[in-house]
Amino acid sequence: MKNPFRTEAEAFQFVIVMGLLFGAVALAGVLGDRWVALGVFLALGLGIALGMYMKTEPKVREPAVWDRHRAAPGERKKILVVANETVAGRALRGEIVHRTKEADADVLVVCPALNSPLRYWASDEDGARANAQERLERSLAALAEEGVEARGEVGDADPLQAMEDALRTFGADEIIISTHPPGRSNWLEKEVIAHARERFDLPITHVVVDLEQERAEA
Amino acid sequence: MTSAAHADPHGGHHDGHPPAANRSSRVDARLLGIYFFIASEVMLFGSFFTAYFFARVVVHKGHWPPEPFELPVYLALLNTIILVTSSFSMHWALQSIKRNNRSGLVAGLVLTFGLGLTFLLIQATEYTRLGFAPSDTAFGSTFYGLTGLHGAHVFIGLNLLLYALVRAARGHYGPAPHDHLGVELPGIYWHFVDVMWIVVYTTVYVL
Repeated sequence: MKNPFRTEAEAFQFVIVMGLLFGAVALAGVLGDRWVALGVFLALGLGIALGMYMKTEPKVREPAVWDRHRAAPGERKKILVVANETVAGRALRGEIVHRTKEADADVLVVCPALNSPLRYWASDEDGARANAQERLERSLAALAEEGVEARGEVGDADPLQAMEDALRTFGADEIIISTHPPGRSNWLEKEVIAHARERFDLPITHVVVDLEQERAEA
Repeated sequence: MTSAAHADPHGGHHDGHPPAANRSSRVDARLLGIYFFIASEVMLFGSFFTAYFFARVVVHKGHWPPEPFELPVYLALLNTIILVTSSFSMHWALQSIKRNNRSGLVAGLVLTFGLGLTFLLIQATEYTRLGFAPSDTAFGSTFYGLTGLHGAHVFIGLNLLLYALVRAARGHYGPAPHDHLGVELPGIYWHFVDVMWIVVYTTVYVL
């Protein structure tokens, strides 16, 4: 539900809505009795709460500024890799190595700073960023062992936001998104891949990394 | 918001300045502060309403307010109109600064402050003429508890408005969102106080 006190203007609207609601309740109480007033309060209150819940904000599309940075034909390819805990997974590393052997490419690995909702809202991101940094450094070291020189960044906790942030400075030609297998992936449950394909006009490859299976095989 | 992997993982600084704090890219810390504050206020008022309804519904069970107490419903209605009007003037003040109209901002804040002060003075006058005290039964305790708690919030709101007014008179604030946050936040608080009074008036005075 939308917070009615998000801005002064919304709080002012809320004053008017509450004035009308309680005006109707008072009128019902004066003309009828307290039970009628309670009924009016419940009916109107529920209607207003439902209205606020259903009210969706129009999606504001950001301009596709990353198009300006995209590499011209003949230039080195740019690959953006977005991964969470799977950033050090073998399957993802294999995919990156395969792509860089096909053609010379600059690789940027973005590791979103995954955080709990409470910590996210309280802006307590230090631990999440430190963990993401550690995962990222392990992954970059593993890629370097395979002969792939990649850069890395810790990104926003929201993977779509992290991609958008990265694309503003790194004009990628394609995106590789790595997730856990279906059923265990929070990103797949939130349809991150589908939303990314909707939002970014770039080829997107989805790599599934089963860390449990990789550990069992190791 | 991203940070380069080669940055100092310990957040160290090399230019003599403290490192920038990591924070969510969506919610301004000051705005988050007022959200938490209002959430705590909702809980505070909730506890007072619980006590009020407990005394009224569970303990008393008869006619409310109990004989021989009577409440000045129409005087409180006048106060309600005054306070709701102050929300309009507050909104006008903020809309004025968004359009870079400084005199509108100052006038809106003066009007809001004046209306809020009038509300408090009328409430103080009402208290002196009610004819009962907080110690007179659970009705007196809960009535003074709820309306007094709200009055204290109006008093705090008036202080915030006065602070904003002094700054506005000194030429502070501007049309950019980050330049009038000092008016926006007291405005949010003031509207919250208004909403709480609408609930208090309806439940305590009318029903």
